[in-house]
Amino acid sequence: MATALAPGLTTAPPLYGLVLAGGRSTRMGRDKATLAYGDGTPQLERAMALLQRHVTHAYVSVRAEQSAEPVRARFAQIRDTHQNIGPIAGLLAAQARHREAAWLVLACDLPLLDEATLTRLLRARDPARTATAYRSSHDGLPEPLCAIYEPRAREPLCAYVTAGKQCPRKFLLSVDTLLLDEPNPRALDNINTPGEYGPANQTVIGEHAIQPRNLTVQYYALLREQAGRREEALQSSARTARDLYAELAARYPFSLTPEVLRVAINAEFADWSTPLKDGDTVVFIPPVAGG
Amino acid sequence: MAAFHFTREPIDTQALRMGLADPACGGYATFEGWVRDHNEGERVRGLEYEAFEALAVREGERILGEASARFGIAHAACAHRLGELAVGELAVWVAVSAAHRHEAFLACRYIIDEVKHRLPIWKKEHYVSGDSGWVNCERCAAPAAHTEAVTPPGRHAHKHGS
Repeated sequence: MATALAPGLTTAPPLYGLVLAGGRSTRMGRDKATLAYGDGTPQLERAMALLQRHVTHAYVSVRAEQSAEPVRARFAQIRDTHQNIGPIAGLLAAQARHREAAWLVLACDLPLLDEATLTRLLRARDPARTATAYRSSHDGLPEPLCAIYEPRAREPLCAYVTAGKQCPRKFLLSVDTLLLDEPNPRALDNINTPGEYGPANQTVIGEHAIQPRNLTVQYYALLREQAGRREEALQSSARTARDLYAELAARYPFSLTPEVLRVAINAEFADWSTPLKDGDTVVFIPPVAGG
Repeated sequence: MAAFHFTREPIDTQALRMGLADPACGGYATFEGWVRDHNEGERVRGLEYEAFEALAVREGERILGEASARFGIAHAACAHRLGELAVGELAVWVAVSAAHRHEAFLACRYIIDEVKHRLPIWKKEHYVSGDSGWVNCERCAAPAAHTEAVTPPGRHAHKHGS
């Protein structure tokens, strides 16, 4: 986190999180907050899970008539107080609720948003600026819907809306926004139409591959004794052998850490980060002692 | 018989020796690893070997191929026991034949060292005291009792035995 603070500030304002789910999803024709990618997790839930790792308080921004919708109803909500001004409405309502907080705002329609992109934004945050945001990899303009708005953004934003303006990108251009380059140029692609949904969903499935796979795990020596079996067939969403070992270590009293093990996939030594495929046979190799 | 093999029966070194005979060879070196009656202060009653055979045979064959390429020897072979062994039994056997003794000795040493470091073979010691333990695993699992330098994964140095 940046250390430069505005005069009078001794610590950075607390950071709260807000996922914007008050849109009308007109172009998609279906509610984008409940739209699922990859493993079937609704987008809103995924975005909230990403946020909750980094902030103490996370809210979903809704219009009053959306508050009972089942996915939105799972989370703490902040209802819009302005109508028909687009995504700025959610931020205004949040700032009015907690004036002391800075807000990490995420759109709910960013299925490719990754942890690296979020982490970089948080590390680069400068509380002395009005906002910290990414520069779009598509047009070089600020990305307002994966950005941090400091408490000092509240007054200029109110004035901006009062003046009849509602474009959040132009707002960020009008204040001293710290702009960053995106670590992953597709991370902030927002998905608005059924035509964009299919390819984005394929990307999520391909990159995150979280469909459960049928795997065989064989155990030898100490691991065999600790697992109480030589072999088992299982279904797992583990992406790599490392993830799979962590999953199994939660189930069995394994005393060996991955640092002292090697891994073999289909009877060849493999890297811990090799993606697992359906039908793979995985063996974790304890420290050897032949001869 | 493949050049590298596992067996649950005693290793027949006389029969295996014949596989390396070659009129072009003037040197023949072997290494035998035996089950010893003590290890790291404990009296050992016997051993139990276990292997991930599919991978160990492939890797064993690769080691023999490397020895041939590196030292220019004529023939190399290795046999490793599995199952329960008593003190004094032959656990591992390596043999090399070559035109001259120098490369035969070097290749033999190379093979046994690589076999011990790389092959997925595990050894459980049964102690006279009644305890037992997987060699190189028990101390990995209890870092507090670990007095040696940490060995990088895949190169678990093994100081005792053969």
